[in-house]
This record gives sequence, C-alpha cells and structure tokens, in this order.
Amino acid sequence: MIYTAIVFLPLIGALVAGLFGRVIGDRPSEIFTTALLMIAAVLSWVVFVQVGFGHETHKVQVMRWITSGELDTSWSLRIDTLTSVMLVVVTTVSSLVHLYSIGYMSDDDSRSRFFAYLSFFTFAMLMLVTSDNLLQMFFGWEGVGLASYLLIGFWYKKPEANAAAIKAFVVNRVGDFGFALGIFGLFFVFQSINFDAVFAAAPTVVGKTMMFAGYEVDTLTVISLLLFMGAMGKSAQFLLHTWLPDAMEGPTPVSALIHAATMVTAGVFMVARLSPIFELAPNALAFVTGVGALTAFFAATVGLVQNDIKRVIAYSTCSQLGYMFVACGVGAYGVAIFHLFTHAFFKALLFLGAGSVIHAMHHEQDMRNMGGLRSKIPLTFWAMTIGTLALTGVGIPHVIGFAGFHSKDAIIEAAYAANTPNQYAYWSLVIAAFMTSFYSWRLVFMTFFGKTRADHHTFDHAHESPPTMLIPLGVLSLGAIASGFVFKDYFIGHEEAAFWGASLFRAESNHILHEMHQIPAWVGLAPLVAMVIGFVIAWLYYIQMPWLPAATARAFRPLYLFLLNKWYIDELYDWLFVKPAFAIGRLFWKGGDGAIIDGTIDGTAAGIARITGRVVKIQTGYMYHYAFAMLIGVAALLTWLTYNAGLMGVVR
Amino acid sequence: MSNLLSVVTFLPLVGALLIAFLNADAKSNARWIAFWTTLITFLLSLLIWWNFDYTTANFQFVEEHAWLGPIRYKMGVDGISMLLVILTTFLMPITILACWESIQQRVKECMIAFLVLETLMVGAFCALDLVLFYLFFEGGLIPMFLIIGIWGGKRRVYASFKFFLYTLLGSVLMLLAMMAMYWYAGTTDVPALLNTKFPADMQWWLWLAFAASFAVKLPMWPVHTWLPDAHVEAPTGGSVILAAILLKLGGYGFLRFSLPMFPIASEQFAPLVFTLSIVAIIYTSLVALVQEDMKKLIAYSSIAHMGFVTMGIFTGSQQGIDGAMFQMLSHGIVSAALFLCVGVIYDRMHTREISAYGGLVERMPNYAFAFMVFTMANTGLPGTTGFVGEFLTLMAAFKVNTTVALFATTSVILSACYALYLYRRIIFGALEKPSLKAILDLSPREIAILGPLALLTIFYGIYPAPVLDVTAASVKNIVQNYEAAVKPAAAPLAP
Repeated sequence: MIYTAIVFLPLIGALVAGLFGRVIGDRPSEIFTTALLMIAAVLSWVVFVQVGFGHETHKVQVMRWITSGELDTSWSLRIDTLTSVMLVVVTTVSSLVHLYSIGYMSDDDSRSRFFAYLSFFTFAMLMLVTSDNLLQMFFGWEGVGLASYLLIGFWYKKPEANAAAIKAFVVNRVGDFGFALGIFGLFFVFQSINFDAVFAAAPTVVGKTMMFAGYEVDTLTVISLLLFMGAMGKSAQFLLHTWLPDAMEGPTPVSALIHAATMVTAGVFMVARLSPIFELAPNALAFVTGVGALTAFFAATVGLVQNDIKRVIAYSTCSQLGYMFVACGVGAYGVAIFHLFTHAFFKALLFLGAGSVIHAMHHEQDMRNMGGLRSKIPLTFWAMTIGTLALTGVGIPHVIGFAGFHSKDAIIEAAYAANTPNQYAYWSLVIAAFMTSFYSWRLVFMTFFGKTRADHHTFDHAHESPPTMLIPLGVLSLGAIASGFVFKDYFIGHEEAAFWGASLFRAESNHILHEMHQIPAWVGLAPLVAMVIGFVIAWLYYIQMPWLPAATARAFRPLYLFLLNKWYIDELYDWLFVKPAFAIGRLFWKGGDGAIIDGTIDGTAAGIARITGRVVKIQTGYMYHYAFAMLIGVAALLTWLTYNAGLMGVVR
Repeated sequence: MSNLLSVVTFLPLVGALLIAFLNADAKSNARWIAFWTTLITFLLSLLIWWNFDYTTANFQFVEEHAWLGPIRYKMGVDGISMLLVILTTFLMPITILACWESIQQRVKECMIAFLVLETLMVGAFCALDLVLFYLFFEGGLIPMFLIIGIWGGKRRVYASFKFFLYTLLGSVLMLLAMMAMYWYAGTTDVPALLNTKFPADMQWWLWLAFAASFAVKLPMWPVHTWLPDAHVEAPTGGSVILAAILLKLGGYGFLRFSLPMFPIASEQFAPLVFTLSIVAIIYTSLVALVQEDMKKLIAYSSIAHMGFVTMGIFTGSQQGIDGAMFQMLSHGIVSAALFLCVGVIYDRMHTREISAYGGLVERMPNYAFAFMVFTMANTGLPGTTGFVGEFLTLMAAFKVNTTVALFATTSVILSACYALYLYRRIIFGALEKPSLKAILDLSPREIAILGPLALLTIFYGIYPAPVLDVTAASVKNIVQNYEAAVKPAAAPLAP
C-alpha cells in the first residue's frame, strides 16, 4: 500500500493539475501537487529505512500488461534497497523542486500545466525505478523522456526551446533504439523479460554466442551493449550527450530535477539494476568504463569555457555521470549509486542556486553579465558555495568531507584498483577532477565576486529569492554537506553487503571494493591535489588577474574555439545525419514515389487509355463510370463462376 | 442471437434506405438517421463481444444459408475478425459526426455512401465464403470511390483514377486465384479451405495473386503511392475510414487467407515481405519527414505503420501476429484520430499546408492536448496503443531475423522525427499569423469525437489484455497450423 501510494500520488497530482488546472486555478494546483509529493517523499524515507536497513524485499502486483504467448509482463512494483535509494532521491528532490517552483514560476501564466508536467515526470521516474521487468522500465524510460520533452519545450514560444525539446526526444530515441533491441535480445534468449527470470538464467548462457545482424557474437556482451546504448542516451554519455546542454532551455527547476538529479541518472540505475547481466559480460563492462571515462573528461573540457551559468552545470552533470559509469564499468555498482545519491543533492542544489541567481538577475544567464552578487544574494551565495565544495570533493582524508568527497574519490580509487590499460580511467578522472574544480570555482567567482558587470538597473534590483525557493536550497545544502559521511558506511563501507542485499550483483571474481582500499596513498591524494590546483588557478584567473582568461583564449585560440563549440559535434551530426535525412526523404519522395513509381503507373495508365480510347471511350475520368465498369466485371465473373460451378457439379 | 452478424452487417443498409426516401434538402434528418443507425449498430456489435467465447479458435455466431449453388451465404467471426468488426462499427458514428459540418453538398448521398460502406466492410470481415468475401471486399471500393470523387478535393479524379488502376490488377488476380482454389478444393467455404492443403507450387501462385490485392490495399511499398493522393483528396470522414478500416482489409486478408491457407508459400515469401516491410518503414518515414501537407505526412506515416503489420504477420509467431492485430487496431484508432485532428483545423482554415499554422496551443489548448496524445501514440510511446503492436512485432521479428529487427527498429527514431517535427510546426511557436488570431478551440462535437479516441488510445495502451485475450486463441491456432505445415516442408523431399 505504501509503495503504491509513493508511485501513484504524483500521478494523481499530475492528472488533477493537468486536466482540471484551468478549472481549479494555478495556486490550488501548485499546493495539491506539492503536498502529494511531500507525502510521497516522507513515505519514501520510511521505505528506505525499512528496506535499506531492514533488508526486506517486496513486490506489489498492480495489473496485467502485455501478455502474448510466452511473453508475460505486468505492471508491478519491485522494492529492494536499490529501488528504495532511488525512491528517496527522486521524491526528495522532486518535492523540493515542486516547492521551489512555486516561487520561481510565480510570474508564469500556465503554472498548473508546469506542475502537472513535473508530477507526471516524477510518476514516470518512479515507475522506472520500481519496475520488475524491462518493459515497465522502458515505459518509465520513455515516460520521463516525454516529460523531459514537454518541460524543455515548456516555453513553447521560444524556437530554441522547441528545437531543444525535439532534439532531446530524438537523441534519447536513438538510445532507446538500442535499449529496445536489447530487450528483444533478452526475450529471444530467455523467453522472458522479467528481472528474476532473466537474472536466474543469465549464468547459463555465459560464453554462448548468437547471430546478430549477420555476425556471430557473444550473447551477453551484445545484449549488454545494446541495453547500454539506452543508458548512454538517457545519461547523456559521449556521442549521445548533445541534447543535455540544449535542454537548459527549459525552466531551471526542470534542469535541477530532470537534467541533474534524477532522469539523467536513469542510465546508471539501469546498469546497476542489470548488474547480474552486465557482470557476466566483461567486454561490455570495459566499454562502459571507456565511455564513462571519456565523457567525464570530454564534458569537463567543454565546461571550462562556457559562459552560460546553466550550461556550465549541465556539462558538469554530464561529466559526473561519466564518473558513475566508470564505477559501474569497474564493477563497483554500490559506489556508482552512492555518487548518484550524493550528486542528486549537490547538483540539484547548484541548479536551484543558479535558478535563484537567474531569478535575481531577471532571467540573465550569461555569467559575463554577472559578478559581485555575493552581497546582494548572500543566502544563494552560500548555498552555491556549499554545492561547489561538495561537487569538487572538499574534505580531509580519512576524517570527514562534503558529499562529493566521499563518493567521487571512491570512484577514482575504484578506477585505479580496476587497473585499466595504462590506468587511463584513473587519469581521466583525476584530470576531470582538476577541471571540475576549475570550472566550478570559475562559476562562483564570475557570479558572486569582483566588480559587477551587470547593468545598473539589473544589479540594483537584484534581490534574494522568496522562502519557497530558499527552503529547498537549505535542505539540499544539508544533503550536500551530510549525505556523504552519514551514508558512507552503508553504501560503500562496512555495512555495504548487508545494505544492498541481493539488489546488486557481483561476480565471484569481483573484489573491487576490497581492492580499492589497497591502493598506494598517493592515488587517494591525487584527486585532492587536483582539486586544490583547480581552485588556485580559478582564483588566479578570475580574482587575481582578471585579464588572464582573455589572454589565454587568444593564445590558444583554436583550442578555445574547439572547446567553446563543444568539439563541433553538433555541426558534425547536422552534416552527417540531419541534412542527409531530409535530402534522402526528398529524393525518395520526388524521385522514388514521383518519378519512378508514379511515372510507371501514369505511363501505363496513359498507354491503356490510348489503346482502349480507340476502341471505346471507357477512360472518361468519371468516378461512377469506373465503378459501373467494375460492377459489370464482378457480375460477369460471378456469372461465369456460378455457371462453371454448376458444370463442375455435373462433371463430378 | 443466431443472426446477430447479419443484423449488424445490414442494419446500416436499412438506415441508408431510410435516408434515400428523405427529401433532398433534409440535411439534418439525414445526418441524424445516419448517426443513430451507426450508433445502434455499434451497440449491437458490442453484443458480439459480450457473448464472445474467448476459449475457442473456431468461428462463432456462424450463419449459413444456401445462396448461389455452391456459393453459400456464410458469416462468422473469430478473435481476429471480431475486433475488426467492432473497430468498424465504433468508428462509423465518429465518422458521421466528423462529416456533420464539413459536408454541406449532397448530404443525403454522402450519408448513404458511408452507411453502404459500413455494411460492405463489416460484411468483408464476417464473410466465411470466398465469393461473399470478394463481393464485400471489392464492393467497398465503390462507395469509397464516390466519397473521394464527389466530396473530394481538386485533384480527386486523378486520385481515384490512380486508386482504380492499382486495385484493378490486384482484384482480377485475386479472383482468378479464388477460382483456382475452387477448382482444386471444390468449395468456396472458408473454414473448409483453411483445412485444405494446397500443393506447394500451387500455393506459390495463389499466394502471389492474393498478395497482389492485399498489398495494394494495405498498402505495401512500392504499390503505396495511391494512398497519399487518395487521402489528400478525400474529405475528413473518407480519410478516417480509408486509414482506419479499408487499409485493415489488406492486413486481414493476409491474416485470414495468405498465411493460414498458403503456409508453405508464406514461409518462402517471408523474406520478401520482411524486405518490403523494412523499406516501407524507413523509406516512407523519411518521405513523411519532408512533407509540407499535413494529410500527406500522416498518410506516409500510415504506410510505415502498416509495415509492422506485414512484418508481424509473416513471422508466423504468436507475438508477431498478436502484435500485427494490435497494430491494426491501434492504427485504426490513432490514424483516424490524426486525420480527424487535421480535419479540425482544416474546417477552420481550409488549408492543409503545415506552414500556414504555428502556435495553435495559444488559442487551442484542448486541441493541442488531444493532438499530443495521438502524436505520441504515433511515435509508439509506451502507455499508448501504438507501443504494444510495434513492440510485439519487433520482438517477434528479432526471433526470426535480427537484421530485420535492427532495421525495423529504426522506426522508433524516425517516427519521433517526423511526428514531433509536425507537432512543433503546427502547435508550438508564437502565434503570429494574423489569420490564426481568432481560431477557436475544440467544439463540444469535436470533443465528443476526439475524447473517446484519446481515452481508448491510453486505456488499451496500459491495459491491452482485453484485446490480446480475444485474439489469443485464434492466433494460437493459426501459429500451430502454420508451424505444422512448414516444419515437414523443411524436411528433404524424399519419396
């Protein structure tokens, strides 16, 4: 009952606000949806304590879904530790974002629609994390995609918002293309797509091959890679990341909820949930590590030079998701989920903080037009600072630190322990940690320090946000400070095995959690050093010597442009996919359908018309003539048939 | 109860007769009679579902009367045809409502045409005699010709001419094949023919002849080019019936005749069908992407969706055929709704040019919501009916041939591209065009039309069991027979 309530309360909120929002009004819609989400959040923490610390696993059958032959799927809820962690993350951040939006969206005139979308998103996300089979997971997966599409395009008058919304949906669909094929593959191999059945049977096909697209390939590897393609789309990994920065066109609370804390982490959740499959496909895991490390590095480089406050945080998110995938790839699933958990708090905090800045600056997002805001919006400043401390991983080794210190450094250590070729994963992550520190402090310095670059009017009117926005910042600050050291022992420490129970799977040979504590001391210190260097350079560049950034950009202009233009990947895709798709479409239409097919038909028709036209004027072009002609034909054939039938009877 | 099928089939004809006796200017009466006739027909047809036995694959509600010698008047439904009958009777009242205001010329004749069409289509789905089927099947074209030709757009003659040429060839070949079957089996009784084992080489020719007719109807690539033209020229109601029901006759034909009667040939031709299906899915999706006319875009997307039907049927598996059936029903609802959505704004602005619109959500929030539901169903979003059929057929295709599934699955990307691009151009953006400033949101009549369709789209998307349960037994029977027929054929031809 409690589980059903958590999942369906947001749906009720969405339906009421969405269908009756215009009747009941904006304010009641806001209060209703937010209240339901608060209840769901409280219940989620109850479940977290019950399941996570009490080691129970529950299943709730809701309804049948698709049944066909041996395929038997239903709507059902699966509650284990992994789910309960996700429940807490999703409902907590979502309820805070709901509350925050009451303040942030206060001058928008379709607020009930906004809150309906937010609640619908939350419902879809909860369906995703509670699914007991891949089909329901896919439902949640695409459902959050729809919500993301609607929310990115919420300000539908802006052409950029519409373009970004479509881009997000389509790029995610590219990932889902792989995800769907992966599900088909699982069904093909196991005759089922229910988790328990698949997990139980997975060990039996280790080392077996199957034919895929004409090649003989290792069954579990190809299926894992196909499924991972979905994760790459949803979690904005390299090559399928292009939608995430553009998604910042949506309202900022959306970026905090969907594009930072919850939806984009679905890919990580998926790999963790399917650890019984991935764990048996080492080659696929190596690929996951590679993609994660590359994304962590790539996104951080782009984040260095962006000027839009939200885009910096978006690339940071992309980069942090790369960290999580590295953890998955090296088999440290608990570490990945731990970082997912802490990241949700501090990244939502950073986004909501950025929203508070944008709110104060009357929808200015360009950091080049900010500066000196510390005195104007002190509470926001402190919240952003806490978020930055947590993201960059500030802490005292073996003692205590902010949230990111515990989770991110654990990933870096696990990457070292995994011993990837040339330690590439480890070094990518350390370098990314340095860049993370640089761009995060750059953001803080450019926004809050120095002399303001904003125009007088905007700066003078900059004001601290209302309580509805500050309370969420406060709560998330608490999470950004404490979620690391409070939960460390359970997620990745001594209590780890008991905490996760059967919800995460590790092969017998996987000792990564043990090995990551056996590493040389310098390995653990390197990320801290990188972080400090990043801070110092950012301080030099943006506080001490403000002329330095421009000079550097001039000195390394090609590299600067390369990074500023996001490695030109959007341009590449436009040239490679978008333009050709339209060109081929036009070719098929005008050439294929028009010239060849219709040309042949019309030619034949004209030929027939010429021939028959000489004999009788049948081709009159009048509809009823044709109809009449056909009737006669039918009648004639019928007569012939009955006549012959009679004859047949006689002959027999 | 024993002649329920005949009642459902011919009740619309009675309504048509009633209208025929009206004064020529009694527009309103003609509409109301047509509406009530179709509504009562729908309610009666629900009795079929109510009394339907889910456990058997046999034909139910069978009626049989002597007619023309060996040709008997025989009607009956199984899990496959029953749902198509319900789909037809369900959509007819909606179609009549859709014509309510958009058709002002020759209203009486229009209503008669639609009612006759209903009789012929329901008859085609119920007929259990080859010749009877042929009569209903081909006869359905006549009212459709008239609807396009009389109430259609500017190029209606070209469109119907094209349709005629395409269909003619297929029809003749199918009729010849039917005669050959009669010569061989000595009967035109469908259940008997389902148990007849035709020799392999004969199956080959029969399969081709039937396919010629069904492929045009469905339509399959490359005999699809009549469809966009027909849709563009047809009035809204005509498009609805064309897309939702007439196309399904092709799929139904493959499922009722080609696959179970000619299993060996079906297996041999399956690779060809898969190839054509994939081409249909990818090719027409790309063509849909560049369309400038709303109706053409939806027509092309219809062809792509029908590709899943043919692909699913010829996998010969439970999921494939269940999926194909579901896809047909889903497409019946969704494409009908999309054409109705086009009709809504066409009635207001009298243009189908996509570029004439933009920013409609500003003035038409209800319309935008309904259109969004159907757009998402069109892209196969889970939770809508569009997902179930696509997913099942793809799943089945993966079992047969992973390459086929790989190519066909690209549809999840392509459908999102053309559907969302269309939606964006019409609904989103700023409302800048002066002509649109005063456009009105859905009227109560339009809500009554689109509301039920939207509800069904979502309801059967999250709870498809009622439909899948109906088809299960019949499909299982087809699959078993197909496998039994194909397996021995795979063995070497030893004496």
